[in-house]
Amino acid sequence: MTQLALVIDLNVCVGCHACVTSCKEWNTSGEAGYLSDDRPYGEDPTGTFFNRVQTFEVGEFPNTDTVHFPKSCLHCEDPPCVPVCPTGASYKRPEDGIVLVDYDKCIGCKYCAWACPYGVREIDEHQKVMKKCTLCVDRIYDAALPEAERKPACVMACPTSARLFGDVHDPDSEVSIAISESGGYALMPEWGTKPANHYLPRRKTRIKIHDDELMRADNPLKKEGVQPKPDVKEPSLDDVTSW
Amino acid sequence: MHPAFSVIFLTTLIGVGQGLFLALYTAQVYSTVELLPAQPNSFYVLGSAISFALLFAGLVASFFHLGHPERAWRSAARWRTSWLSREVIVLPALMGAVAVYGIVYHLDLRLKDFGFATSVDGDLALVVGAGGVALSFLLFLCTGMIYACIKFLQEWATWLTVVNYTLFGLASGFLLATVYAAYQAPALIYFYGVSTAVITLVVCVTRVASLIRNTRLRYKSTIQTAIGVRHARIVQKSQGFMGGSFNTRDFFHGAAPWLFRSIKWVFLVLVFPLPLALLSFGMIDRSVTLLTAAFVVQYLGLLAERWFFFAQANHPQNLYYQTIS
Repeated sequence: MTQLALVIDLNVCVGCHACVTSCKEWNTSGEAGYLSDDRPYGEDPTGTFFNRVQTFEVGEFPNTDTVHFPKSCLHCEDPPCVPVCPTGASYKRPEDGIVLVDYDKCIGCKYCAWACPYGVREIDEHQKVMKKCTLCVDRIYDAALPEAERKPACVMACPTSARLFGDVHDPDSEVSIAISESGGYALMPEWGTKPANHYLPRRKTRIKIHDDELMRADNPLKKEGVQPKPDVKEPSLDDVTSW
Repeated sequence: MHPAFSVIFLTTLIGVGQGLFLALYTAQVYSTVELLPAQPNSFYVLGSAISFALLFAGLVASFFHLGHPERAWRSAARWRTSWLSREVIVLPALMGAVAVYGIVYHLDLRLKDFGFATSVDGDLALVVGAGGVALSFLLFLCTGMIYACIKFLQEWATWLTVVNYTLFGLASGFLLATVYAAYQAPALIYFYGVSTAVITLVVCVTRVASLIRNTRLRYKSTIQTAIGVRHARIVQKSQGFMGGSFNTRDFFHGAAPWLFRSIKWVFLVLVFPLPLALLSFGMIDRSVTLLTAAFVVQYLGLLAERWFFFAQANHPQNLYYQTIS
C-alpha cells in the first residue's frame, strides 16, 4: 500500500514562506478553481490557504530557539475528518493515501473542520466548499511534466530542501529513511490519527573535544623539552642550544 | 467554537418538537390505561401539527448553516459512519411519523380499517406513535452524538452531552405541552407541569455536572504535542498571516470574557429556577400567561445554553492560532 506524505525538516526550515506562496500560486491556478481571497491589499485581508508557516519561540532568552513550523494537511492514516462527512465528499484515496475533498459533493457544513484537530481545513468563503492540501494531486501524476518536477509545489519551491516528498510505507524511500534515521515524529499522537506527514526535529551540531585532543600526551616536542639542557657557556648550533 | 445561530436554533427547535411529541404520546398511553382523562382527537391533531411545525422550523434553520443547501440531499449518504448523516435521515423520518400520527387522529383511523380489529381506542395511533417515540429518542442520540463523538473537543466528548440534549428537549417540550394543555386540555396541566418540573430538575443536575466536569478538564493536546517540541516554555510568535482566516473565525467564540462568563449565569437562571417558579405559579393560578411566560423564558434560556455549549468548547487547533505576529 502506498501512503504519500511530506516530511518536513524543522532543522532546515528558515521560515521563508516560499512553500506558502508557491502552494497558493499552483492551487489557485489549477483545474479545481481559484482559492478565494478577500481584501488582499486592504486593511483586513483574508483568504484560503492550504499551507501556513508559523513561528514558535522555544525557551527563554538568552537560551531561545526559533522554530519555523510549516503546517498543512497531514494526510492521516486514520483521518478523523473522513468518517464524519455526511456526504462522502471528504475521502481518503486507497491507492495513495491522499485525503481529498470532492468539491462537487461538499455541502459546506464545516463538520470535517471541527473534526480535524490540526486546523488544516479551510472553507472557501466564495465557493462555500471545504478546501485542503491535495499534495498537488494534479501535479504529481502529470506525465507531461519532467519526472523530477512531479512533486508538490511546496517541495519544488523550498530553497533549503526542508521538505521531502515520498511514500512513507516504502521502507527504502527517501522519506522513510529520513524519518527513521533523523527521528521523524507525528503531531498530536494522543488522538491516534496516525498522521502520514512527519516532522524532523531540530538537531544541534556540537563538537566534542577531549583534553587529550588539545594537549597531546605523546607530544614529541614535550619529550624533547625534558631533555637536560646544555650549559649556556657551551657552544651549540642546533635547536637544543640555550642561546 | 464559534456558535452558529442556525445550529443553535436547529438543536433547540427540534428538541422542543421532539419533547412535545413525546408529551402527546405519553398522554395518549396514560389515557389508554385510564391514568389520565381521554382527550378529543383534535388535541392530538393540533399538538402533532405544532410539533411538526417546530421540527420543520429546525430543519429550515439547519439549511442556513450549509454553504450549498441545494446539495443537502447528499448528506444522507454516509449514515454508516457519520452521526450528522444519521440525523439528516432520522429528522425527516420523525417528521413523517409525527405527520402520520396527526393524520391518523384527524381521519380517526383504526387498525380495524386495515383488517386488524382490536378493542383499544386509538390503536393505530399507538402503533404509529411508538415508532415516533423511537425516532424521537434516536434523534436525540444523533444530535448529541454529533458533538459527543469528536473526541478532541473534550468539553463535548462525554455521555452527558447526549443526556443533556435529550433532557433539555424533553423539558422544553413538556413545558410547551403544559402551555398547550392550558389552552386545549386543562385536565392535563398538572400532569405535564409536574413532569416538566421533574425533568427540569434532573437536567439541572446533569448540566451542572457537565459544567463541573468541564472546569476540571485537563487538555490532552498542548503546544508541546502540537508542534512536537519538548520544552516547558514555547510561545507562538507568528501564526503565519497578519489578517484573519477561517481558522481564526470559526473556532473562537469572539465574545468578551465577561460576556462569556455572564452567559453561563444567564442560562442557569433562565432555564432552571425562573421557568420553574413561573410554572408553579402558573399551575396554582391556572394562568395561561404565566405558563406561556415560563416557556418563552426557558426557550430564551436554552438559546443561551446552546450558545454557551458551543462557545465553551476549546478546539485543539486553537493552539496553532494564538499570535498574529
